[in-house]
Amino acid sequence: SVTGARRAIQKLTRVRVVDNSALGNTPYHRPPKCIHVYNKTGVGKVGDKILLAIKGEKKKALIVGHKMPGLTMTPRFDSNNVVLIEDNGNPVGTRIKTPIPYILRQKGEFSKVLAIARNFV
Amino acid sequence: RVSSDGKPEKFQPPPKPVIIDKQKQREERRFLSPEFIPPRGRTDPLKFYIERKDMIQRRKVFNIPEFYVGHILAVTTADPYANEKANRFVGICIQRGGKGLGATFVLRNVIEDQGVEICYELYNPRIQAIEVLKLEKRLDDNLMYLRDALPEYSTFDVNMKPVSRLDHEEVPVNKLQVRMKPKPWSKRWERPKYNIKGIKFDLPEKKMKEAQKWSQPWLEFDMLREYDTSKIENKIWKEVSEGLKN
Repeated sequence: SVTGARRAIQKLTRVRVVDNSALGNTPYHRPPKCIHVYNKTGVGKVGDKILLAIKGEKKKALIVGHKMPGLTMTPRFDSNNVVLIEDNGNPVGTRIKTPIPYILRQKGEFSKVLAIARNFV
Repeated sequence: RVSSDGKPEKFQPPPKPVIIDKQKQREERRFLSPEFIPPRGRTDPLKFYIERKDMIQRRKVFNIPEFYVGHILAVTTADPYANEKANRFVGICIQRGGKGLGATFVLRNVIEDQGVEICYELYNPRIQAIEVLKLEKRLDDNLMYLRDALPEYSTFDVNMKPVSRLDHEEVPVNKLQVRMKPKPWSKRWERPKYNIKGIKFDLPEKKMKEAQKWSQPWLEFDMLREYDTSKIENKIWKEVSEGLKN
């Protein structure tokens, strides 16, 4: 059963990898799950870095959208979206088809991730 | 002509043509935005009066068109982080909430197989334009069930042209019955508490009967829950129309 959106992204949330990296798109018998949120509180919102467990490996990722409603003029997505990232902030994939919120430009230095994004919301 | 009497008939003038004055009919139909009506409570009406003055002030500067749930709108907001500092979003209005200056409406669209919803505030100064692209009311007040419906019912073309419409006609009601995704839904929409008429339920009869167990037929007769807004609406309509004329 799938529970509704309670508190954005925290430990053990299943996420959806949105870029076109090999790690994110090859099928595996377990969905990618969050195992740690790099935040004072354990709850990740748009623009936070998390640690993901994909295909038996640990990989860092950036949250680009979640199901929980946020600030008034910001978009709320129908799935928890995440973009795979290296330790230094470089994205693993080369293209992001799904729409990315404009708010990401304000938080942190994610210019490389925003450069590969196609649509913005 | 000669009648049966033999005397000439009295001259009957031809019947006058009936002129339907459409301008007069137009003034009869009036729309008061739902956020003007104050909620039921013990707050001082002075607070609502001051809020209404501010709302009228904002409406004089910026045109907020008449729209209902089910309309397809395009909203341009000023965004410091966007490319051309302006951000355009097209979507169907799923719900209108809030009263007074905090009135909001939620627009939903499916872009590149990803459902996106944005909750906009009507009186936020960041909004630069609201255009109504297509006018149609739906059977329900609240289209939150579109989240659990097949994505084709929430996809709207971003570059859609505004559908032209005659000014004096009534807003058309779209009696579309939406088909849903398989069962685990975010809310149990078949229950009578949501009172949804716009879904084509493919559930077996047994499930529909079981859902009726949660019906509360006494609620519509409860006198303490009655809130008759007709007199308040008339007063506020006069106030608002006078304020907007000045």
